[in-house]
Amino acid sequence: MNHLQSLEAYSLFILREAYAKLGRLGLLWSIGKDSTVLLWLAKKAFFGHCPFPFIHVDTSYKIPQMIVYRDKVAKELGLEMIVHQNVKALAAGMGPDKGRLICCQALKTEALSEMTAKHGFEGLIVGVRRDEEGSRSKERVFSERTKDDVWDYVHQPPELWGQFKTDFPKGHHIRVHPLLQWSEIDIWRYIDQERIPVIDLYFAKNGQRYRSLGCAPCTGLIDSQATTVPDIIRELENTKVSERAGRAQDQEDAYAMQKLRRDGYM
Amino acid sequence: MTEDRHLAKASREKLKIVVAGHVDHGKSTVIGRLLYDTNSVNLGLVEKVKRISAETGHPFEFAFLLDAFEEERKQGITIDTTQLQFRAALRDYVIIDAPGHKEFLKNMISGASDAEAAFLVVDAEKGVEEQSRRHAHMLSLLGVRRLGLLVNKMDLVNYDQKVFLAITAALNEYLASLGLTATIALPLSALLGENVAQPSPHLAWYQGPTLLAALDSLEKVTEEESDLRLPIQDVYKFDDRRVLAGRIESGRARINDRIMISPGNKITTVVSLPAWLERDLKDEGRAGESVGLMVADEFYNRRGEVISLVDNPPLVSDRLKASIFWLGQKPLILKRRYKIKLATAEAEAAVIEIHHLIDSDSLAPIKAEGQVRLNEVAVVELSLSRPLAMDLFASRKATGRFVLQDGYDVVGGGVITWIEDRPPVRTGFSLGALKARCEIFEEYFYHVGEMAVNKIKPPRPHYGVGDPVPLVGRSYRYPESFDIVVFRDQVAIQIRNGQVANILPLAEFVYGQLPLVNGRGFGLKIQSNEDWLKARDDLATSNPENESSLAERWLDFNAYRHIPIGGDDFHI
Repeated sequence: MNHLQSLEAYSLFILREAYAKLGRLGLLWSIGKDSTVLLWLAKKAFFGHCPFPFIHVDTSYKIPQMIVYRDKVAKELGLEMIVHQNVKALAAGMGPDKGRLICCQALKTEALSEMTAKHGFEGLIVGVRRDEEGSRSKERVFSERTKDDVWDYVHQPPELWGQFKTDFPKGHHIRVHPLLQWSEIDIWRYIDQERIPVIDLYFAKNGQRYRSLGCAPCTGLIDSQATTVPDIIRELENTKVSERAGRAQDQEDAYAMQKLRRDGYM
Repeated sequence: MTEDRHLAKASREKLKIVVAGHVDHGKSTVIGRLLYDTNSVNLGLVEKVKRISAETGHPFEFAFLLDAFEEERKQGITIDTTQLQFRAALRDYVIIDAPGHKEFLKNMISGASDAEAAFLVVDAEKGVEEQSRRHAHMLSLLGVRRLGLLVNKMDLVNYDQKVFLAITAALNEYLASLGLTATIALPLSALLGENVAQPSPHLAWYQGPTLLAALDSLEKVTEEESDLRLPIQDVYKFDDRRVLAGRIESGRARINDRIMISPGNKITTVVSLPAWLERDLKDEGRAGESVGLMVADEFYNRRGEVISLVDNPPLVSDRLKASIFWLGQKPLILKRRYKIKLATAEAEAAVIEIHHLIDSDSLAPIKAEGQVRLNEVAVVELSLSRPLAMDLFASRKATGRFVLQDGYDVVGGGVITWIEDRPPVRTGFSLGALKARCEIFEEYFYHVGEMAVNKIKPPRPHYGVGDPVPLVGRSYRYPESFDIVVFRDQVAIQIRNGQVANILPLAEFVYGQLPLVNGRGFGLKIQSNEDWLKARDDLATSNPENESSLAERWLDFNAYRHIPIGGDDFHI
C-alpha cells in the first residue's frame, strides 16, 4: 500500500468505528478542502451512502461564494444539511470588530455547542489535521468533550491499537478526527488522485488565492500563480509558510488556538 | 512536472518512528533538530518558537517545535505525544514524540503503539535511567521489534567513545533479556546538530551513518503474506447489498476464497468486494485495507467476529493469559471484572489470577499482592464472559492484543501469551471411541432485522447412552423414538422414549421402520429398507457438486423443523 492508500484506509476505519459505536452522528462540513475530502471518504466507507447529516456552523461572515457552493453541492448530492447560527449573538451585533477571539468564541464555538445540544449529537466528525497547528498535533482520533464542550487536553486517555474512546457519560460527545494524520499536501494529492471537486476559491485569480478558508474579515489571500490542483501541490512542495498564516485568529497570541480549542472550538 | 511524477510522489512510502527514553534526555530536541535540519518546519512556527524562547529567556528551543502546549513550554517537558511528518530523500516519516515523564506513560504508549520502529534516546552524561528501561520494556510489549539507540548530549562528555560504548553495552544487555536487539547505536548531540543530519568532526571515531541515514536504512514490513484476519466492524444493509465491513489486519481476501467466520466458525465463500466507485472494485483485498465483503451465505453476522481462511482460523476461547501494562489510577484488582476490547469484539473479562508482576528495571518476576498498580507490568489470566476469536500476539498482532476498560476509561493493554485451546463446543453423542458431531438441537429462526435465516447453537453440548434429549425446541419437534444417522462420522444414534438408547457404527445400523433424521435434524425421505440402503450409498458419495441434488432427493427440512420469526431476542 502506498502512503495515500494507507491514509485512506485508516480514515475509512475511523469513520466506520464512529458509525458503529457512537449514537447520533454528524459531520462538520466547513465547505473547505479537508471536509470535502471527508465527504468523499464517507461515501467510500459506506459504499456510496452517507448515513449521517452534514452540519455547517454559519457565522454569517463566511466568504459569500462558500455559501453558494455549499447549497449547490448539498442539493447535487442530496445531503441532509443542518445549518446553524448563533442567532442571539448575531442579533446583539457580534462580529470581528468586538475582538477576533471573542467573535470566534461566540459565532463558532458557542454556535457549535448550541447545535450539538439541540440535536443531541454523540459524535461530531471533524476534519482537523495534526499538521495544522500545535494543539491539533496533540489530539486523539476520538477526543472527548464534556457537557460544557471542554477539552481536557492535559488528561487525554490512552489511545492504542485502534481502540478508541467509545464509552463516556451521557451528555458528553466525541470529536472524531478521521484526517488527523493527513498533511495539507496529502489532502491535495488525494484531491488530485481522486479528482474531487473543490470550491474554486483555492485557485489563483489575478495572482492571489485562498490557502485556508474561513470568515471573510479574518481570512487572507496569499500570492500565488496556482490555478490547478497540480499547481497547488507544486507550490506546497516549495513553501515554508504555514497553512494558517492567513487566519487572523491564530495570530492573536501564542496559545490562541489552544485556548479556543479547550473551550470547544473545532 | 508531469502528472506521472505527482503520482510517483504520492505513492512514496511512509514509515512511523517513535522516539522514546527517559525524561530530559532530549527526545523532543532530537526530533526538533531533525525537522529543522531537513527544512521540514514552516517559517511561521520557527518564528513563533523564536519569540517564545526569547520571551522565556531561553536560547532557541528545538523541543518547542513539538511541545505546543503552553504547559509544556513553561515546564520544559513533553506532556502529550505528538506526531510530525518530514520528508527525507528516500521516503516520508511520521516521527512520534513520546513523553519521558513517568506520569505520562499512558501518553507514551498512545504514541508508541502504532510505531513501526523506535529510537531510544539516552543522555550520555546521565546514562541509562528508570524510564529508559521502562520504555524499552513497553516497546517490547507493544510489539515494536526494530529498535535503534541514540546516545545524546555527547558534547557534555567530550565526545568520549568509552562513555558511548559503556551505555550501549548496558542497554544491549537489558534489551537482550527482552528478546530485542538494537539494529543500530549512534552517538550525537541534538542541540548542536551533530550526527543528526550531518556528521560531526568531534565524532570521528564513529564510522556509522547519521540519524537521518540510519532512518533511511530501515525497511518497511507489511503483514500481507501472513494469514487472513479481518475483524468485522459492521454489517451494512444500506441498499439491497449486505456488506461485511472491516479492515484486513493481515493476509489477503480474494473472491472465491472459502472463509470461516469466528467464533461461530461458520463457513462461506467470498462473492465480491463492493466499492462506491467502479475504479475501486477489485478481486482482492490486502493487509491494511478497509474493505467490504459480500459472501455467499447469509448468516447472522455481527461486529466482533473475525474472518479468516478456512485452513488457518484463529483460536476460539474464553480463557487466556497475557502480559498487561496497567495505566489506571485505580489498581487492577484480582477477581474484578473489566471490559475487554479485542480487535472489534467486546466482552467482560474477570481477572482470575495475577501470576506475577515484572520489575521493569531487572525484568525479574515479583510476587503480586492481588493487584497491579499504575505503570506496572504483570502476567495475568483472564476468563471471558463469552468465547472470542483470538491469536497469540507472537503469531498475529492485531488479534493477539487487547485493551481493558474500567467504566468509561481504558486502563490497560495486554498481549496474549497463552490461549486455552478446547475443542469447539458442538452438540455430540459419544460412547467410548464412537463420536458423532450433531446439530439436531440447533435452533433456526428468521431474523427480521437481518432478513436472513440464522442459527443458534444449544448450550448443552454432549449426550451419552441413557441421557434424556430435548425432543421439542422452538424450531423443532422430534418424535419420542427415532434414529439419527451421521454420515460424516459414520455413526448412528437410537433415541427411544426421549432417551439415548444406543450409539453404534453406521455400518452396524439396521433400518427399524422408525423415523430417520440426519445430523442436522432434517428428515430422511425413507419408507423401506430398500430406500435406506439406496440413500446410504447415495449420500456416501456426497460432494460439493452433487450435494444439493442429493439433499433434494433424500432430505425433508420440514419433517421435524420449521423456521419461526425472531430477532436479537431469540434464544434457547
